[in-house]
Amino acid sequence: MNFDYAFAWSIVPDLFQGLLVTLQVVILGFLLAVLLGLLLAIAQRSKNALVQRLSYGYLSFFRHTPLMVQLYVLFFALPLAGLTLPAISTGVIGLGLYYAAYIAEAFRGAIEGVPAGQWEAARALDFDNATTWRRIVLPQALKPMLPVLGNYLIGMFKETPLLAVITIPELFQAAKQIAGMTYRYNEPYTVMALMFLAISVPTSLLFKYFERRSHV
Amino acid sequence: MSDLAHALPGPSPQIILKQVVKNFGATRVIDHLDLSIPAGQKVALIGPSGSGKSTVLRLIKGLEAYQHGSIEVAGAPVPAKSGGWHWPGAKKPPVVHRVGMVFQQFNLFPHLTVQENVTEAPLQVLRLSREEALERAHQYLGLVGLSHKADAYPAQLSGGQQQRVAIARALAMRPQVMLFDEVTSALDPELVGEVLAVIRAIAHEQQMTMLLVTHEMKFAQDIADRVLFMEAGRIVADGSPTEVLVDPDNERTRRFLNLVEQR
Repeated sequence: MNFDYAFAWSIVPDLFQGLLVTLQVVILGFLLAVLLGLLLAIAQRSKNALVQRLSYGYLSFFRHTPLMVQLYVLFFALPLAGLTLPAISTGVIGLGLYYAAYIAEAFRGAIEGVPAGQWEAARALDFDNATTWRRIVLPQALKPMLPVLGNYLIGMFKETPLLAVITIPELFQAAKQIAGMTYRYNEPYTVMALMFLAISVPTSLLFKYFERRSHV
Repeated sequence: MSDLAHALPGPSPQIILKQVVKNFGATRVIDHLDLSIPAGQKVALIGPSGSGKSTVLRLIKGLEAYQHGSIEVAGAPVPAKSGGWHWPGAKKPPVVHRVGMVFQQFNLFPHLTVQENVTEAPLQVLRLSREEALERAHQYLGLVGLSHKADAYPAQLSGGQQQRVAIARALAMRPQVMLFDEVTSALDPELVGEVLAVIRAIAHEQQMTMLLVTHEMKFAQDIADRVLFMEAGRIVADGSPTEVLVDPDNERTRRFLNLVEQR
């Protein structure tokens, strides 16, 4: 087994392009997942039975089918229905919709962890519902959510090789292409693994830091 | 403290409950209750646990739905269906801003400092400027003797201090009616006094209407103009502290008071 450092160095720029695509999809997908997850969690506390049921239905669907199947449906089936999106947007939406279901569950738990007395105190002070959520409930629910969100962000990042199936030129796809063209496997896959590590480990540390810093 | 008096009272507040019925499932907790409280009166509600005292306060604040009858606070009806989902800009219940409430468990906001706990509602609900809200926080934290704790978090305070902050937080909305729901029941015995002293001071200084659910009979006797004895969702004795507490002509009241005194 040999490892050609010069070759490894020469493919870094190409792999880096792949990494940028991966990061772009993950960051946008994560934002989508957090926002949608939060909306779904709030919808589950709605007094409107239809809104509640739609939210449960969403969670059930996205948690009980494989991500790869969802990506295939988004990428290959939707165009048949006349809706064609660029591959990267499809990736963002695919990851976002899937992880939103999991993040919604975590949010639900965190929101239920806020004592009922907090809602009552807010109502006794005549807060409207939106203000109660924004100023009282969510700030308290978000604290236990931080490590959970960190885990999902990293999990999502590690899941990106799946996006290769819908032709997104992300990091794994870039490594595979180099390997396919040069018949050298050690260097591209090793550099790829190091790049994954170089992002995951600091992200993990960053969330640990947030967690420590957040008060009380 | 004396500058508070002219700041507080608005138009004549009054509480009127007419034939109010409240059920929790199959259990009737308030049974055709009639009650009328003139502005400025200090009313103590006593009675055995489960008699509906706290529910009366919660109904007046609009925290509970009720099935029959009507409730009016300061001339505005309290809707029978409470706790609705209202978005900003949506029509709010008219009882808004008139009634302050203090809970047994304090329910301070743990993620906010003492000062922020007090300024939050004036800022978010009354839309006061930051300066005005801070001025109120200063005023009411001073009133409860906790100005020096303004930057502390609730978790850093004793139960008695937390409850005093909760009182300041409610007062900062300048309500016409204040409801105290067993506010000393969750406190260690040595902390009860400081909270009662604050309530006593408010009762003497201000013309607010006050309703207190309490098990502190001596305290009730001291500050109340009127004492209501409740049992099974009804008012069974209603009169001055002397009539109800010192010389009860009602057999049930007598028995209850004997029990309480034996504690």
